[in-house]
Amino acid sequence: MKALAAEGPNATELGRDARSERWMLFGLSLPALLLVGLVVVLPIAWLFLLSFQTEGGAFTLANYQRLIDQPSYRRILAMTFEISLTVTAMCIVLGYALAYLLAQLPRRVAGVLMLGVLMPFWTSILVRTYAWLVLLQRDGLINVIGEHLGFWQKPLALVYNMEGTVVGLVHIMLPFMVLPLYNSMRAIDRDYVRGAANLGAGPIQVFWHVYLPLSRPGLFAGGTITFILCLGSYVTPAVLGGGKIVMAANGIAGDVELYFSWGPASAFGVVLLVITLTILFTASRFARLDRIFGGGA
Amino acid sequence: MTPSPTDARPQQKGLPIRVRQVSKTYGRAVALDQVDLDVQSGEFLTLLGPSGSGKTTLLMVLAGFVRPNQGSLHFGERDVLRLAPHKRGVGMVFQSYALFPHLTVAENIAFPLKLRRVPRPEAMRRVEAVLDLVQLPDFGGRGVDALSGGQRQRVALARAIVFEPGILLMDEPLSALDKQLRERMQIELRALHDRLGITTVCVTHDQREALTMSNRIAVIDRGSIIQLGTPKEIYDRPSTRFVADFIGESTFLPVTGSGGTFRLGAQALKLEGYTPPPGANLLMLRPERLALLPEGAPGPDPRYNVITGRVTDIVYQGESVLVQIRLDDGGTVAARVSSARAALGAVPVPGASARLAFAPEDMNLLCGEAG
Ligand SMILES: Nc1ncnc2c1ncn2[C@@H]1O[C@H](COP(=O)(O)OP(=O)(O)OP(=O)(O)O)[C@@H](O)[C@H]1O
Ligand SMILES: [Mg+2]
Repeated sequence: MKALAAEGPNATELGRDARSERWMLFGLSLPALLLVGLVVVLPIAWLFLLSFQTEGGAFTLANYQRLIDQPSYRRILAMTFEISLTVTAMCIVLGYALAYLLAQLPRRVAGVLMLGVLMPFWTSILVRTYAWLVLLQRDGLINVIGEHLGFWQKPLALVYNMEGTVVGLVHIMLPFMVLPLYNSMRAIDRDYVRGAANLGAGPIQVFWHVYLPLSRPGLFAGGTITFILCLGSYVTPAVLGGGKIVMAANGIAGDVELYFSWGPASAFGVVLLVITLTILFTASRFARLDRIFGGGA
Repeated sequence: MTPSPTDARPQQKGLPIRVRQVSKTYGRAVALDQVDLDVQSGEFLTLLGPSGSGKTTLLMVLAGFVRPNQGSLHFGERDVLRLAPHKRGVGMVFQSYALFPHLTVAENIAFPLKLRRVPRPEAMRRVEAVLDLVQLPDFGGRGVDALSGGQRQRVALARAIVFEPGILLMDEPLSALDKQLRERMQIELRALHDRLGITTVCVTHDQREALTMSNRIAVIDRGSIIQLGTPKEIYDRPSTRFVADFIGESTFLPVTGSGGTFRLGAQALKLEGYTPPPGANLLMLRPERLALLPEGAPGPDPRYNVITGRVTDIVYQGESVLVQIRLDDGGTVAARVSSARAALGAVPVPGASARLAFAPEDMNLLCGEAG
């Protein structure tokens, strides 16, 4: 190989150019690599270490043992998944409809409306969550209007429970669903839809056989992001859950406050991380298999 | 013309299409202007016209994707004007092919069959038969992304005919292909059409393609059909200067006269057997229909018109040589000499005098603006 390469005109020089170019690319990406290492990898490694240590620093599995022994952890995990799944499902239903509407509109109009969808990003999660509190509480706007119009007599319990938490989370997560969905819908050539209709597919069949499969990458991306962000939510369940809704992040915070030690909290964090990564991995495998086998038919 | 053994389908007749007074405007822009068109059963008709002339719009009206402002539309006896696209039962090959990327070749082709609830074994048999027909056997399992442009075109065609529509529409089906493949596909499309007998409407802005493939050509400009006829009629007897310009090469010379006699300069044209349209004021000559007479040769058949001039320029064009001649009576014409004849010394040098001959069937008189 080398002997062959050295034979042609300028082969050596060109080879050197290629190598120096590679080094330059590496050099350019070095800051980013360092940053990721510092900000992402190190803390996780530290978390991992802590979860296997006693306070004195000796190796122990006690932190994990406690996760198994105490049923409260399992309850927290179950609740976290229940809420995350519910929120993701609702985001899919609402987000798909919204993204579809936006994708049908002229680009300029859609752009303006998209600003509206993204507006929540401009305010902090805390502010938005308290805004929901104002709307949903016993003498909040919704109860006042509902009673005034005679829909219900006694104030409904709209907040400090699962329902309130889900509403707040759906509101926060919706943009993460709509953005990737909108993008993948915009990428669907109108000819695909027309082609399907021409071949005899009515509107529902066009949607089911062509539009939905072609928008699936966006659905998948949005669903995954939403679900994983939900798993880690802290503020919304804390405020709108009224202490009754304890999700994983709240549980971890509680542990730290309760035990004044990082060990149990770290173990719980590691478990959550592993579960999340497993989901991501499985999901991405599914997405790829999907492409290979050309699903949707 | 004979059905092949692989083609087990009943030989079926295409449906005639009747378009009446169809208009479509986009705001102030007129895309179609009172179009009348009859496509006969089993005919291959090409819509030919410059960019923006309304070809795609007309095709989309036929397919049901564009709703016209007025008019009527029938496929056979059936009034389809207000029918939704998926109920029209026409096959269509899109310019982009519109093959579904999430389905394999076989699934793409089976798509219309599945919608029509054709039983699976029967559907698979028909998919295979049609893949044979477009000469892509064993491609069924491939992904659409793994096909070349020409193969995609064939798959799109296969998908459009597998459910045996009475009408096939194609919007510039070959424009994405390179020249060689395009020319081969033109021949293949034509052969396939002859075999299946589907009424076919094809859009193109490539005059060569239109001449090669069609039974008849509709030349369309600014939303109106200017001329409708066989390739030979369109080429030999264009009805307007626009058509003459658009199809083939031509030069125009002003003529005067009326009532049967027309003069080019002082010379009366011999018209034997040809009746020009009334009020014609332009003589149209095609370079390849002008015979350059050798120096000192005897005059041609007395039926021929002979004009004289002086050679100003000679352009070598590969298969032929184009000779520019300034006429003694004013005006310039171009004459084409095949390379074979040029090699035998049939081309005079620039500055030499030249004589050109053309019969009445080689010329054409039209109304139009001079220049
Ligand atoms: N959706 C639309 N909105 C506004 N104007 C349109 C629309 N579709 C077509 N037009 C206009 O109608 C006219 C005819 O368009 P059409 O697409 O039928 O042309 P075409 O003959 O197919 O041209 P090409 O050879 O470039 O494809 C054009 O002037 C075009 O600008
Ligand atoms: Mg077009």
